[in-house]
Amino acid sequence: MKLFKKMAFTVLILLISTGAVFAGGGSQGGGSGGGAGGKKQVLTFLYDKSSAFEGIQAVIDAFEVKYNVEVELEVRPAGTEGDNIIKTRLATGDMTDIFIYNTGSLLHALNPERNLVDLTGESYYGNLDNAFVTAASVNNRLYGIPSASAMIGGWLYSKKIYKELGLQVPRTWAELLANLEKCKAAGKTGLLASYKESWTAQLIILSDEYNVKALAPNFPADYTAGKAKYATTPVALRGFQKYAETRAYLNSDFMATTYNDAMDMLINGKGVHWPMLTNALSNMYALYGDKVDDIGVFGQPGDDPNNQGLTVWATDGLYIYKNSPNVELAKKFFEFYVSEEGIKAFLSVVKPNGPMHIKNVSLPANVYEGVRDMLPYFNSGKTAPALEFESPVKGPNLEQLCIEVGSGNLTPQAGAAAYDADVQKQAIQLGLSGW
Amino acid sequence: MKSKIYNPWFLAPLVLVYAALFLIPMIISFFFSMTIWTLTEFRFVGLYNFKTFFSEYSLRIGVKNTLLYAALTCGFKAIFGLALAVLLTSPMKTKNLIRSILFFPNLVSTIAVGMIFSSMMHPSRGLFNSLLGALGIAGPDWLGNASLALFSVIAVDVWKGVGVATVIYVAGLMAIPETYYEAASIDGAGGFQRFRMITLPLVQSSINTVIVLAFIGGIRTFDLIWTMTKGGPGFATDTMASIIYKQYAYGFYGLSTAGNVIMFLLIAAIVFPLYRFLISLEVDV
Repeated sequence: MKLFKKMAFTVLILLISTGAVFAGGGSQGGGSGGGAGGKKQVLTFLYDKSSAFEGIQAVIDAFEVKYNVEVELEVRPAGTEGDNIIKTRLATGDMTDIFIYNTGSLLHALNPERNLVDLTGESYYGNLDNAFVTAASVNNRLYGIPSASAMIGGWLYSKKIYKELGLQVPRTWAELLANLEKCKAAGKTGLLASYKESWTAQLIILSDEYNVKALAPNFPADYTAGKAKYATTPVALRGFQKYAETRAYLNSDFMATTYNDAMDMLINGKGVHWPMLTNALSNMYALYGDKVDDIGVFGQPGDDPNNQGLTVWATDGLYIYKNSPNVELAKKFFEFYVSEEGIKAFLSVVKPNGPMHIKNVSLPANVYEGVRDMLPYFNSGKTAPALEFESPVKGPNLEQLCIEVGSGNLTPQAGAAAYDADVQKQAIQLGLSGW
Repeated sequence: MKSKIYNPWFLAPLVLVYAALFLIPMIISFFFSMTIWTLTEFRFVGLYNFKTFFSEYSLRIGVKNTLLYAALTCGFKAIFGLALAVLLTSPMKTKNLIRSILFFPNLVSTIAVGMIFSSMMHPSRGLFNSLLGALGIAGPDWLGNASLALFSVIAVDVWKGVGVATVIYVAGLMAIPETYYEAASIDGAGGFQRFRMITLPLVQSSINTVIVLAFIGGIRTFDLIWTMTKGGPGFATDTMASIIYKQYAYGFYGLSTAGNVIMFLLIAAIVFPLYRFLISLEVDV
């Protein structure tokens, strides 16, 4: 009797588990099988929960209404976990129809030729600006469309405190250090760092790219070819040195401070500067409303007072999974997304963090104060793309190494040398030529 | 000698499952650890990945941290666990309640434990430093200080894991017949002598279990480190498991597999001799 019970139990378990497998398979088929018999077609969309999604959501809503389609959203975490999810799902053929992911060097690691739909021949190709096309292309084939506006990496600062202390926007790095010193003398936290979220630690070195290129125009090309190194190129090494030079002005809890903490401190006047991407302005607007206009922006200064500029980031791309059963519908969505109608829907709920990546789209009159600070540079062409958009080579441990240098654990020289080794490892693992 | 009762073919299903789920993947992973692999294409590079693992700044720290983490968590759990178990098998009123309380941390998910402790360890807003501040002591940055962070995580791991060790010990201690202690008392043995000459040898098999389980658990540790520090600050708390996870996320599949092979060999190279040694300490009752 006991034996019988055991066997019955085993059979039951087997039935349940196989049943679950069939049910799982069934539900997967369901999503793609729509379209026939008046059923709404379904597009699946994977996005990352840390990005500001309001604008994208507005375009999706408009698209759903216009074409009678349903867009099913799926959330993924950001950072390393998100990378893992994207790569695993692509490798196992389980990707959603559309997903959002970085442009630039990280895109190369997705193996776009194999996994993504080539958008080079699409009608909107000519409407996208060059900066985005470069950032979202691999081997001259375009794979993504811009999910939002361009942004810059630079220094966000509190205009209120600048007024209070009578400070001027610095034109050189030396002037910036002088400003930090004055903040310190006035008992303010001059520089906010949010190293609890390690990616934020990279901004000082990455935002220095305009200054690097001003002095060494060939650096991106030589670096990509493995000829120029951070440790031996003085102007590139400056990026690491700038961490050491500003360490004295950091907030006391910089290792435990998160992105949101730093944002809160900046907007409430508990810190004066925060090197960050300007999409933080949108996040501040969402959380603090019009207080965002107390925040100004300047590009990270170099040493030449007559040559100041901005280091520009292309926005994340939207991509179509190559083996998706809904490629045509997804392409229709992309067309809509970058059309006048789509952009109107987008800008009806969010303000841009910089120029849109689409030609002939002028910015609305009510942009953030911080964005207004940036416009003269864009208009006079004093911008340079961040290194990761000109080179597929970016060592994965840059953020940790910036933290090590920023917290005084490593000297700038040692940090640069460790980063060069990290870069070499990446280039070899990704099979780039010349390494 | 008896003739065989069972036909060896009875083993076949088990061997098949074992081969499919363990042996074949293991052999495949040994192979891929020697390649640069994009999941679709691979290029054979010999021992390059292993060399990278032992030479590159961000990777070589892993072996050292892992061994330190495993040795310390294992040591503390074995010692504290035994002390608590001896206490909890002595005649006292509330021992059942205390046993439950001690075991409780083990029922909470590691992720939750990690999140709770990282907020308690916040340098200015955390509970620990608020308490220390009230006593007039300036507390350290538990997880932000590169030389302290690993030990902070180890302490949390011990806090969480000591309950299991205690339970294993309690079971071992209860199995020692009371008569031995009575006989020893009659012969005039004191408390420490009874512990040293009776308890310790007879609970050796429990000690072995605790040490081996805690050590392997320590070498493979990932979840607590990932929730509390993500390997940081810098690389200060990176262990093999967190490094392997990161290499995978970067798309370095060959390198990541090499890390797994190193971890496998590390466990085998340490745990087998250790286990042998521990077994030799056991006595027959």
